[in-house]
Amino acid sequence: MGVEQKLGNMGIVTTTLETAVNWARTNAMWPMLFGLACCAIEMMAAQAADYDMSRFGMELMRPSPRQSDLMIVAGRVSRKMAPVLRRLYDQMPEPKWVIAMGDCASCGGVFNNYAIVQGVDEVVPVDVYVAGCPPRPEALIHGVVTLFEKVKGEKFTDLVKA
Amino acid sequence: MDNRLEKIVQVLQENAGATYEEFRGELHIFIHAEQIVDVLTYLQDEHAFTLLSVLTAVDYWPQENPRFHVIYQLTSLTQNMFIQLRVPVNASQPRVPTATGVFDVANWREREVADMFGIEFEGHPDPRRILMPEDWDGHPLRRDYPLGYEEPQFSFNFEEIDLRKPYVKE
Amino acid sequence: MSDYQLEEIPVGPYKHLVSERAVTGETMLLNMGPQHPSTHGVLRLLLELDGEIIVNCIPDIGYLHTGVEKNMEAKTYLKAEVMSDRLDYMNPLGNNLAYCMAVEKLVDLDVPPRAQALRVILVELQRIASHLVWLGAFGLDLAAMSVFLYCFREREVILDIFELVSGQRMMTTYIRPGGLWRDVPVEFEAAVRNFLKIFPARVDEYEALLSKNPLLQDRIVGIGKLSAHDALSYGVTGPMLRASGVDWDIRKARPYMGYEQYDFKIPTRPEGDTYARYIVRIEEFRESLKIIEQALNKLPMGPIKSDDRKFVPPPRSEIGTSMESLIHHFKLWTEGFPGPKGSIYNAVESPRGELGVYLEGDGGPKPYRVHWRTPSFNNLSVISLITRGHLVADLIAILASVDIVLGDIDR
Repeated sequence: MGVEQKLGNMGIVTTTLETAVNWARTNAMWPMLFGLACCAIEMMAAQAADYDMSRFGMELMRPSPRQSDLMIVAGRVSRKMAPVLRRLYDQMPEPKWVIAMGDCASCGGVFNNYAIVQGVDEVVPVDVYVAGCPPRPEALIHGVVTLFEKVKGEKFTDLVKA
Repeated sequence: MDNRLEKIVQVLQENAGATYEEFRGELHIFIHAEQIVDVLTYLQDEHAFTLLSVLTAVDYWPQENPRFHVIYQLTSLTQNMFIQLRVPVNASQPRVPTATGVFDVANWREREVADMFGIEFEGHPDPRRILMPEDWDGHPLRRDYPLGYEEPQFSFNFEEIDLRKPYVKE
Repeated sequence: MSDYQLEEIPVGPYKHLVSERAVTGETMLLNMGPQHPSTHGVLRLLLELDGEIIVNCIPDIGYLHTGVEKNMEAKTYLKAEVMSDRLDYMNPLGNNLAYCMAVEKLVDLDVPPRAQALRVILVELQRIASHLVWLGAFGLDLAAMSVFLYCFREREVILDIFELVSGQRMMTTYIRPGGLWRDVPVEFEAAVRNFLKIFPARVDEYEALLSKNPLLQDRIVGIGKLSAHDALSYGVTGPMLRASGVDWDIRKARPYMGYEQYDFKIPTRPEGDTYARYIVRIEEFRESLKIIEQALNKLPMGPIKSDDRKFVPPPRSEIGTSMESLIHHFKLWTEGFPGPKGSIYNAVESPRGELGVYLEGDGGPKPYRVHWRTPSFNNLSVISLITRGHLVADLIAILASVDIVLGDIDR
């Protein structure tokens, strides 16, 4: 406390390492292009000019999993596509997060049948679920901001895997 | 019906033993499986039915004879005519000669019918599954194939479905 | 976690589709996988490459197979309409129209003229929205990113109109058997007229950016030629067929919903290459604007739904006063209306081609068989024919010009 009072107007800020790392991670999180179906169009609309996602640091969508941190599963995942989804998730480097966008990715949506995986959390672990069919671009941005809140609360001890 | 279509129906009745029925202004002609390629070639060459719009099938299980009807819908652009051919197929021998020699679109459409219904098209150049994964068992659009319905998770059965559902932990 | 090795694609299963050079190893099999920045959806292409030149291109579809046809057999006629929106997700109102017209033909239901005119206006607006996304993705694939942002700005105006009318931006299910869900609010006409005022200048702007651009012309003129004979043999319809010289449009050949009263042209080009497909779709923008303007000027007053209470739910105001309306409402929402025994096929013109519904009923409240004849399935089947001998970069441009929607193909 005393240190900050003395250094406050010298342009120096003190914080914990966790806060600094989480701040850096949320400010420039690059999503991976994983638009499958109708939700992909709303994701593209969220990236375009009217509801701009680059305000939140997601300036570009990386098609390559090796260069992205966030996978937004937008659309329905069929049984043929599920192994491909898992493979791409495995190819992403740590730290990585997953947003299940839309009803089909969260729980199977309208399609309760043999061909669609009932919720993408049967294939990859999901951090945030965004509901809607398709969710409005504002709903997706709210989901992204919720993810940022979650990331800001992460501690290093949780991320260490045995 | 249109008198041009009447003439076609007469020719098919005499030469191919076809029967027909009408419903809501549409003409459905029933053709035997062995003659379908000849009928399609005749319609394409003589009457300019150059576009094959639909190639699909219907399953009438538990009726065994015939179990499937394979449906061809042809369009004539120059004469603005439409005609539907139906081929009854039995359950014991679900085989129809391929139409890929007449219309190229039959290549993919017949693969789809074979994948979804299990009807074999003799002479097809590329008989692989098209919509389902390669190692899938069964033919989904048959009436005796289950829908694969999963019980929805409401608040009264939340915990018991939660225990059953295969979540991924990492 | 990830314990797989990088494997070569075996030639074995594709031996009958590739040339002999692939077996000897002279050409390479490359997988352009289901996830790729420029395939419009989850499409897997197996390319047999000799350097950069494509010798064979084998599409592998089914990664978005949703089982809609089987799922519709388990729902009543009205509840199954919800699934129709999500097939060709660029054109949900068009899919609704195709399904509702099929149901109306099957049960022999009439549609009042006001509902017909409003359906035409909404479907043409949907056509413009679909072509805007096509244009944006086309520009994005050819590295003209600003076109993408401009097109989505226009699209937001159209989606605002849809939200005004039905409450939902995309999957509206606004067109119901017998008419529409509800009447349009009073602000509808002003919103559409505002759109008609601003849009022609924007189309001219896109043309000024792209059509005479030497970079674009170098990339797409003369690429991916499709002859009219091949197009018909492969069952190609829509702008792709019209760009190969055949003027076949279901709105002119078999007019529905009052299209015969509106005066519009069918843009056709004889060349059949990618540039022709681009020009045809740009012209379709202008023709759709003409149709919307004429329909809006002639919009008649009157009921918005058919009177036949056996199939169309009565208005809420009547339910409190009339016993019959209450019974009809109860029967429709619990059991659904019965469809007669018999089958019909009904086709409409979607932004991609001939969208047809084969509907068969069996006397019960649920359809016995619903088959969607989707245009993108046929349009994609020519891809192996028209990309032979081109470079991989041309393949991207050709695929963008075919305008496929995977939801349409895989259903």
